[in-house]
Amino acid sequence: MDGNGRWANRRGLTRVEGHKAGEAALLDVVAGAIQAGVKHLSVYAFSTENWSRSPDEVRFLMGFNRDVLHRRRDQLNEWGVRVRWAGRKPRLWGSVIKELQFAEELTRANDVLTLTMCVNYGGRVEIADAVRSIADDVAAGRLKPSAVSEKLIQRRLYLPDMPDVDLFVRSSGEQRTSNFLLWESAYAEFVFLDTLWPDFSRVDLWRAIELYLDRDRRFGGAVDTPTV
Amino acid sequence: MSTISERFFLLQSHLEKNCKSKISKITGYVSFTMRKFLFSVLSIGPIPAHVAFIMDGNRRFAKRHTLLQDSIDPASGHRLGFRSLISTIQYCYEMGMKCVTVYAFSIDNFKRSPQEVQLLMDLMREKIEEMSAEDGVLKSLDVKINFWGNLELLTEPTRLSAKRAMDTTMHNKGPVLSVCVAYTSTDEITHAIEASVRDLKGKDQVEVSDLERNLYSASYAEPDIIIRTSGETRLSNFLLWQSDFTHLQNPKQLWPEFSLRHLVLAVLDYQLVYAYLKKRKEEIEKNK
Repeated sequence: MDGNGRWANRRGLTRVEGHKAGEAALLDVVAGAIQAGVKHLSVYAFSTENWSRSPDEVRFLMGFNRDVLHRRRDQLNEWGVRVRWAGRKPRLWGSVIKELQFAEELTRANDVLTLTMCVNYGGRVEIADAVRSIADDVAAGRLKPSAVSEKLIQRRLYLPDMPDVDLFVRSSGEQRTSNFLLWESAYAEFVFLDTLWPDFSRVDLWRAIELYLDRDRRFGGAVDTPTV
Repeated sequence: MSTISERFFLLQSHLEKNCKSKISKITGYVSFTMRKFLFSVLSIGPIPAHVAFIMDGNRRFAKRHTLLQDSIDPASGHRLGFRSLISTIQYCYEMGMKCVTVYAFSIDNFKRSPQEVQLLMDLMREKIEEMSAEDGVLKSLDVKINFWGNLELLTEPTRLSAKRAMDTTMHNKGPVLSVCVAYTSTDEITHAIEASVRDLKGKDQVEVSDLERNLYSASYAEPDIIIRTSGETRLSNFLLWQSDFTHLQNPKQLWPEFSLRHLVLAVLDYQLVYAYLKKRKEEIEKNK
């Protein structure tokens, strides 16, 4: 969800107002995902790298994440959205963790769409955390190093049952991954749209889905039908 | 010790040697000089130090150009792809890039028919030998070659060729070419994890830096650009860890069509975003 800061700059507003405008975009995209029949949607709400922003902005983002969850959880619940959290505890405000856990509990039984909020998430850090749990098992003699496999690593990620990413959309024209869902996006189709996040709507999501449907996903295998 | 320019000119001459005609030698020299001028203009902006390529589209190219009779030589697309690789890396190094990494064969590609896999193994061995020859590109450009991947999965002759090429060029001081074969990023990370976990003395915590130390790419800078040809927009399990800040590009040309002008456009595109990327990187580094 890139581009809140730039959107604000262009209008002479503060970054904080940019983030606030991003909230409406998120809800619209969730609604659009439900309409399109998408079952899993993950959003990068706060990265472990965001700690390097100014202390004021970090403080705002922590409070904002907490407030958005608090404000919107009933609406998401009504829509049948199951909210989940992918991320780590260290440094994350207790109040944010509480809201995330409350929302998870409230919406646990929903099955229309699973919305994964990635808060205090980092792609490399997720893998390092998985390794730490594996290392603990090895040190305790519960696991042999030779048993380390891709499947084992998958099971130690924050949300082991989250399916791999099919479509990875980034707003604001940036053409890089920022290691978002690093492991899970190995075969994802990337769609980079120039629209800044606060201007994003369900229509942009649908445009990205259309581009995705046009693509030919081979997963390393052969091209059976000749493509022109 | 000859300069890089002299070495490139020598390589150019080697390539033209087969034609033996004065005209081709002259056109070779002229195009080399024009490139030198072009690259010096490009260098006014930042030149990426490390570019990675997903060389996609060889078979589609062969199918499209039915003159190449795919059924007679099913590897025809890949042979042309190899030629494209050699000229591309030459341009990259002439431009001043220090590292080029290419995705030559994924572990997923073992899923293809056994005949195609064997064909590709044989072709790889043939091309490694060609590059390693006395008049080959590795010697003339003083390239250090790496093969990144689970090399045990390769057929024995291919694995031995790769090992020989790595041993021979180990001390070369020129640019680096890293060829990913029998590679996937998740496999690379898995091996790094296994190695990190074996290294543990029981009390240590595993950090991100421990994992990075055990990746194949450990002593190299991250790629500035990843270019996937043929318009595809996936990384297909390539350099997932190393590409957090990498600028991703997907030109629609098929790999055998990727030429100097496409490379120049790729670098220009990178130059446009460079300032912003640098700023974001510095913000994050300062926090570490």
